[in-house]
Amino acid sequence: MSWVSKTLSSTLGRKLLMALTGLFLILFLIGHVSGNTLLFKNDGGEAFNIYAKFMTTNPAVKILSYLTYISVIAHVVYSIILTRVNKAARPVPYASSQASTNSAWNSRNMGVLGTIILIFLVVHLQGFWYQMHWGNLPTVQYNGEEYKDLYTIVKFAFQQEWLVALYVISMAFLGFHLSHGFASAFQTLGLNHVKYSPAIKKVGLAFSIIVPALFASMPLYIYFMN
Amino acid sequence: MNLTLNIWRQKNNTDKGGFREYKVTDVSKDMSFLEMLDVLNEQLAEKGEDPVHFDHDCREGICGMCSLYINGKPHGPLQTTTCQLHMRSFNDGETITIEPWRAKAFPVMKDLVVDRSAFDRIIQAGGYVSVNTGGVPDANEIPIPKRVADEAFDAATCIGCGACVAACKNASAMLFTSAKISQLALLPQGQVERKERAEKMVAQMDAEGFGACTNTGACEAECPKGISISNIARMNREYFSAVVSSENV
Repeated sequence: MSWVSKTLSSTLGRKLLMALTGLFLILFLIGHVSGNTLLFKNDGGEAFNIYAKFMTTNPAVKILSYLTYISVIAHVVYSIILTRVNKAARPVPYASSQASTNSAWNSRNMGVLGTIILIFLVVHLQGFWYQMHWGNLPTVQYNGEEYKDLYTIVKFAFQQEWLVALYVISMAFLGFHLSHGFASAFQTLGLNHVKYSPAIKKVGLAFSIIVPALFASMPLYIYFMN
Repeated sequence: MNLTLNIWRQKNNTDKGGFREYKVTDVSKDMSFLEMLDVLNEQLAEKGEDPVHFDHDCREGICGMCSLYINGKPHGPLQTTTCQLHMRSFNDGETITIEPWRAKAFPVMKDLVVDRSAFDRIIQAGGYVSVNTGGVPDANEIPIPKRVADEAFDAATCIGCGACVAACKNASAMLFTSAKISQLALLPQGQVERKERAEKMVAQMDAEGFGACTNTGACEAECPKGISISNIARMNREYFSAVVSSENV
C-alpha cells in the first residue's frame, strides 16, 4: 500500500475525509440557502427561475456540483466504514450505560441523524433536482428567453402538508447533526486552540440553528402564502 | 449499608459469562469500593466459592490498575479511580451493577479482569525517547517554557487505566494514545522520534482493534486524571503532518 492509501485507511485518515467532506457540505449549505432565499421574492418566481437556470448551466457551478456529489457519497461511504469499525471495537455491549451523563445525544447518534438526512435528501433530490435536470417542466419566458419553471413545481409541492412537515422535521435533524458536526470537523483537523475553539463552537451552534431554520421557513412561507 | 451487587462473572477468556447477584451487609460508607468488594470476597471464600476477580494495585489512584464499569460509568459515579471511590457515593439498599471494561482490544480474562496489554504495545510502538548515555547532564540544562512543561505534564498524568476506552461508544483509544504522543511531542527531548512516533503509535492503535473518535467528549468527562481532548486534536496534527513530511513511504 502506498503511504496515501495507508493514511486514508487509518482511523485518523478516514476521520479526516469525514471532516473535509463535512466542511465542504457546510459551504454548500451556505450557497444553497442564500440562493434559495429568492423564493421569498414576490415576483412570481422570476428571480428564482433565472437563478435555477444559472445553477444548472454555469460551468463553474457544474464543477462545484460534482464536488458536492462526491462529498455526499464519500461522507456516506466513510461513515459506513467507520461505523462498522466502531461497532466491531465493542462486540459485547454494556448491560447498563449512563452515556447521557458524559456526552451529548447528537454526538452519539450522528449516524442515525445522518441516515435520516440521507433519506430526506433522496426525497428532496427526486422532487426538485431530478425534475430540473430530466423532468418535463413547464417553461416561462422572461425578456424573450425561455426558462424552466421550477418555481411552479416548488409552489405546488409545498401545497402538500405532509411534504412541508417532512421538510421542517428533516431540517431539525439537520440542525442536530450540524450542531455536533461543525465543531467536530475542526477538532478532527487538529484545529483546537484556546483562542479559537470557543468561537468555532459558538459559530457552529449559530450555523446549526440559522441555516436549517432558513431552509425550513421556505416551505412554510410558500404553504402559508398560497 | 446493605447492598445488592449485580456482578459479571466469567470463568476465563473463552467462557460466555453472565451476571450473578450477591448481597453484602454492614458495609461502612467510609470503605472504598474495592474494600467493599474485599468484604464480598471474604464472604465468598468462607463459603468456599470462587472470589470475584478484579484488578487493583496501589489503591492510591496513581497506578491505573483498577477498572470496573459501575452502574453504567467507568470508575463509577465520580470522576476518579475506583480505588478512590467510596461507598458514601451510594445509597443504602441500592443495587450496583459491576461490569468489566468492554472492548475488543481489552479481552476479559476472568470476571472483571481485562487484558490491557494493547496499551503497552501502543507505547512500545513509539512512546519513548532517545537519550545520551554519556555523563550525567546538569538539571534544567534544556530551557522549556513553564506553560509547555505544564501541558506536557498534564498529558503525562495519564495512568493508562483505560477508562477512556470504556467510556467511548466506539471503544476508541484516542485519548490514551494522544496523551502519550503529546507528552513527548511537546518537549525538546521528544523531537528525535517525533514523526515516527505519531505514525507508529496510531498504526498500532488501529491494529489493536480500537474504534475511531466521534468527538463525543465522553473520554474526557470520565478520565480520572482529567486528560483533555485537545490532546486528540494535537495527535491529529502530529499524525497528519508526519505522514505528509516523513520519509516513511
